[in-house]
Amino acid sequence: MTYSAWRIFTEGLTGNRGWKRAWRDPEPRSDYEVVIVGAGGHGLASAFCLAKEFGITNVAVLEKGWLGSGNIGRNTTIIRSNYLLPGNEPFYEFSLKLWERLEEDTNYNSMVSQRGIINLFHNDAGRDAARRRGNAMMLAGADAVLLDREGVRAQYPFLDFDNARFPIRGGLYQPRAGTARHDAVAWGYARGADRHGVDIVQNCEVTGFRIEAGRCTGVETTRGTIGAKKVAVCVAGSSSRVMAMAGLRLPIESHVLQAFVSEGLKPVIPGVITYGAGHFYISQSDKGGLVFGGDIDGYNSYAQRGNLPMVEDVCEGGMALMPMIGRAKLLRMWGGVMDMSMDGSPIIDKTPVDGLYFNGGWCYGGFKATPASGWCTAHLLATGAPHPTAAAYRLDRFRSGRVIDETGAGAQPNRH
Amino acid sequence: MIIPHPLLGPRDASEFVYLGDASLIDRPAPEAGIDAFHDYVYQRDNPAGAHRELWFHEHGDRSWLVVTRNTLTHEILAVELAKDVARRRGRGR
Ligand SMILES: Cc1cc2nc3c(=O)[nH]c(=O)nc-3n(C[C@H](O)[C@H](O)[C@H](O)COP(=O)(O)OP(=O)(O)OC[C@H]3O[C@@H](n4cnc5c(N)ncnc54)[C@H](O)[C@@H]3O)c2cc1C
Repeated sequence: MTYSAWRIFTEGLTGNRGWKRAWRDPEPRSDYEVVIVGAGGHGLASAFCLAKEFGITNVAVLEKGWLGSGNIGRNTTIIRSNYLLPGNEPFYEFSLKLWERLEEDTNYNSMVSQRGIINLFHNDAGRDAARRRGNAMMLAGADAVLLDREGVRAQYPFLDFDNARFPIRGGLYQPRAGTARHDAVAWGYARGADRHGVDIVQNCEVTGFRIEAGRCTGVETTRGTIGAKKVAVCVAGSSSRVMAMAGLRLPIESHVLQAFVSEGLKPVIPGVITYGAGHFYISQSDKGGLVFGGDIDGYNSYAQRGNLPMVEDVCEGGMALMPMIGRAKLLRMWGGVMDMSMDGSPIIDKTPVDGLYFNGGWCYGGFKATPASGWCTAHLLATGAPHPTAAAYRLDRFRSGRVIDETGAGAQPNRH
Repeated sequence: MIIPHPLLGPRDASEFVYLGDASLIDRPAPEAGIDAFHDYVYQRDNPAGAHRELWFHEHGDRSWLVVTRNTLTHEILAVELAKDVARRRGRGR
């Protein structure tokens, strides 16, 4: 069933009795060409692209809980391509271009909203860094505008421009960046993949890999053994746990990141603001809630909840940037488990086990990567070669020294 | 999180700086080779459950601690001075 305005109109006239489930709930078969572990954004996008772009439809996505129960349903929904390094920026710009056509591709309203993002700076060094980043972005075909103080003020007159510690001197603006409805991205990809014949099997936890003579030939699950010619693991925060079952150690630590939503307010924040110096970023959802967050808590965690010192830190950052939010009530807060890599950049690659592929290390920024990650993972699975924009995302780059370290923090995951 | 410091008693975790897996104490010998150093610098077990990890009491007595903590619940199971752990492993300090 294709969704359209006409469909809504006719369903409205007939009591909305014709809507069907958005995807099937199939029993897993005993064999597939490709099995994808994890029905988060990346697993679902990979399955969708395998089917739609590469014609491989004999595919299953196995999910231990319900689809969208991981980070895809927990993030703060920011999409952008304002990276600096050549290994990253072309990939994220490819992703942003795919966001721009996502809803046509999946026939699903994922509420992609290009409302713009501003990264604030507070001194000359910050302006130089912003200018350099903007130039790197434009070299990769992205858009970037350097705003001075008055340029920022025109959009956000209510910021504390004369903050004693971090006065606002300007910002790097990416107009094409914005937000998307995170759950609807998972649902759109799930429905799209299902419509191409992909089996999405929920409540099916992968508990082991079938590895024969160095080759992965399938997975053990709570719903039986499932054979596959190729297996791709896309489990984000669970990467180390799942890959350990195949005997692999990863350059990854799992950390908790918290996010916050206020009560619904009238529209006040038109785009996305990031305040790196204050460890704070914010946007406003279409329902009116202020959606904001800051740094990861900073210690290994699989708990999906954080601690109070970070709550205080984030709220202090918010108050320093825009004192007017002081009276808004916090409605909800939650945490998600981040697969923090050793250089802060992701991995999309084959592994030493034949037929076993790995997608992970997305840190706190994998939502924006979802469309390109799906495309590049599908490309690798279908052709055996990395997609040009993801060629740097190798698992062995730490051994060869080709790390992609945007922050220059070194092998210290809680500093990225 | 409250970390029971072996010398100072219960201290708030926000007084500490977190480094990571306590295996960082076992730096390979200089001649151990590239694979040993690659694994030491970049590879982590990253377990869900008991995790031995290094915390530095920056806003306190500036000692390094080895904290055993459950990464699923954040419960702290044991705390030792890193100095004692390193000495037990045959290190001079
Ligand atoms: C609070 C927060 C804010 C964030 N904000 C942003 C943001 O603004 N912008 C941005 O770009 N990114 C953001 N991120 C990061 C982004 O959400 C993640 O990088 C991204 O969602 C990870 O990929 P995924 O969607 O595939 O992961 P997930 O949705 O976590 O998918 C992994 C799936 O694997 C499943 N799984 C695990 N183990 C098994 C197993 N053994 N068998 C079967 N299935 C298994 C899990 O149940 C899960 O559903 C944020 C994250 C958090 C937590």
